[in-house]
Amino acid sequence: MIFHGTAWKLGDHIDTDVIIPARYLVTSDPAALAPHCFEDLDPTLASKIAPGDIIVAGENFGQGSSREHAPIAIKGLGIACIVARSYARIFFRNAFNIGLPLLECPDLHAVTESGDRLVVDNVSGGIRNETRGTEYTAAPLPEFMRRLVDAGGIIPYVRQKIHGEGAGPSPVR
Amino acid sequence: MGMTLTEKILAAHSGVDRIRPGDLVEARVDFCFANDITAPLAFREFEKIGVADVFDRERVALVPDHYAPNKDIASAEQCKVMREFARRYELPYYYEIGRAGIAHVLLAEEGLVLPGEVFVGADSHTCNHGALGAFSTGIGSSDLAAAMATGQLWFRVPETLRFILHGKPAPWVTGKDLVLQIIGEIGVDGARYCAMEFAGEALGHLTMDERFSIANMAVEAGGKNGIMEPDQTVLDWVTPRAKRPFKPVFADRDAEYASVREYDSSQLEPVVSAPSSPGNVVPVREAAGVLIDQCFIGTCTNGRLEDLRVAARLLHGRKVHPRTRLLVIPATPAIYRAALAEGLIEIFMNAGAVVSASTCGPCIGGHMGVLASGEVCVSTSSRNFVGRMGHRESKVYLAGPAVAAASAVLGRLAHPDEIGA
Repeated sequence: MIFHGTAWKLGDHIDTDVIIPARYLVTSDPAALAPHCFEDLDPTLASKIAPGDIIVAGENFGQGSSREHAPIAIKGLGIACIVARSYARIFFRNAFNIGLPLLECPDLHAVTESGDRLVVDNVSGGIRNETRGTEYTAAPLPEFMRRLVDAGGIIPYVRQKIHGEGAGPSPVR
Repeated sequence: MGMTLTEKILAAHSGVDRIRPGDLVEARVDFCFANDITAPLAFREFEKIGVADVFDRERVALVPDHYAPNKDIASAEQCKVMREFARRYELPYYYEIGRAGIAHVLLAEEGLVLPGEVFVGADSHTCNHGALGAFSTGIGSSDLAAAMATGQLWFRVPETLRFILHGKPAPWVTGKDLVLQIIGEIGVDGARYCAMEFAGEALGHLTMDERFSIANMAVEAGGKNGIMEPDQTVLDWVTPRAKRPFKPVFADRDAEYASVREYDSSQLEPVVSAPSSPGNVVPVREAAGVLIDQCFIGTCTNGRLEDLRVAARLLHGRKVHPRTRLLVIPATPAIYRAALAEGLIEIFMNAGAVVSASTCGPCIGGHMGVLASGEVCVSTSSRNFVGRMGHRESKVYLAGPAVAAASAVLGRLAHPDEIGA
């Protein structure tokens, strides 16, 4: 998938408490979480982000808690994908599992400013900063993770493993 | 070359003879759990998988600890979802309040996590159980749903970083001070994606409770897990509690480590993590004088009996400073009872502390001690991110129980030597 969007630049070590403070973890509804996303970082940020925008972050994005509500809140804002220098491991797994694309790129962050126009190809890993006229390639996903992404995340992957390809809906106890 | 402790446990659970860092494996999971925040989301994903049952009813626990006892209607609904799921799937290890405590402390205490096992939990501090010689790591709700359905989960085999703690820890240096020292040196991503293996003579001087504090905070350095070889202290602690047979696993002598760092724990001193990162570590003597509005002793990191004993030694016969307030939260009902029997609760109450039922509450700014704007707290918890314990303009200093208790008495950050035992 190719995303065309406006960049929002964030720093290093953005933690899950500023992504979505624990006081809002009494629901997992994306629409209820999204308005509070990044609230303790910048209370006005969520209202400024538009669907299709792209987050460009530094090192260790998503450090801290295991709350899947963090990528859910970001996806709820309509963020198309995140390009960071690196990710904290639980956030990395959670984002893939809920279908929020993450790309790892060491060089984009330094040259990008909020408001830059970006084009990101989630499959090839090609990244272009149209405002600065620069191009990058994201680190490729490990093969096993690519299979997970192709399946649609961990839940469809497990469904396929249990029920076989094209399994229909199963009764819920 | 041989394998590290983490590699050996993951290999044994993946049906292969040897694995290397970077390999992706699908490992058998011995036990898994969720709390009242992560469970409702996990159930929704679990039901999408379409299985009639969890993989093994004896190997799934549900613990209401974050917003329990229910703090408001929305959290009551989340706890209700968990209770109903436990009934529907006939899960024996659902812990109702009264029996529930902070999950990481409770599940170890209950003998549900054992040396040599693979344990996953939808809570980042699940790395806690590495102190027992288990591979134990935090995951999100969807991964937990997959583990609940299949009893398996994929992992990238982590590189192992080894931390050797020599000597006998200096007076007032607790397990918490040792792990904060390490995080301060390597940074909050110094162990990103890695296993942190702790070893050395100093561990032999630490109680189980202090060892849990160390493994518990591996995630604050970005670690996938923290782990220690199970010695006699571990076996003595775990054997009478164990709900299943277990087989301890030890590292190969020629195991390969990505790095080895060594510390002389006799030369260290009590430290704090200054706002707003666990990696912002300074000796408490350098921060002494910072005025404190609230002191909090509790959490999965430091709400165990040994932590309460250390705090009580300093608070005995003393009063909490009029400028500050002290909250003490024993991590489980068993710890609460033991603290009552030993007279610790009376010491805390005589000092002017409020003692609450077991909950994660204040650590996440949830309930039972939320901070107002501009307030400063010294807390024995694990995270001091912006807004973590309340208002985004509040500040948190992380510390061990000795520093927290001394600070409560003086109303400012203080080295325990300033008041003595």
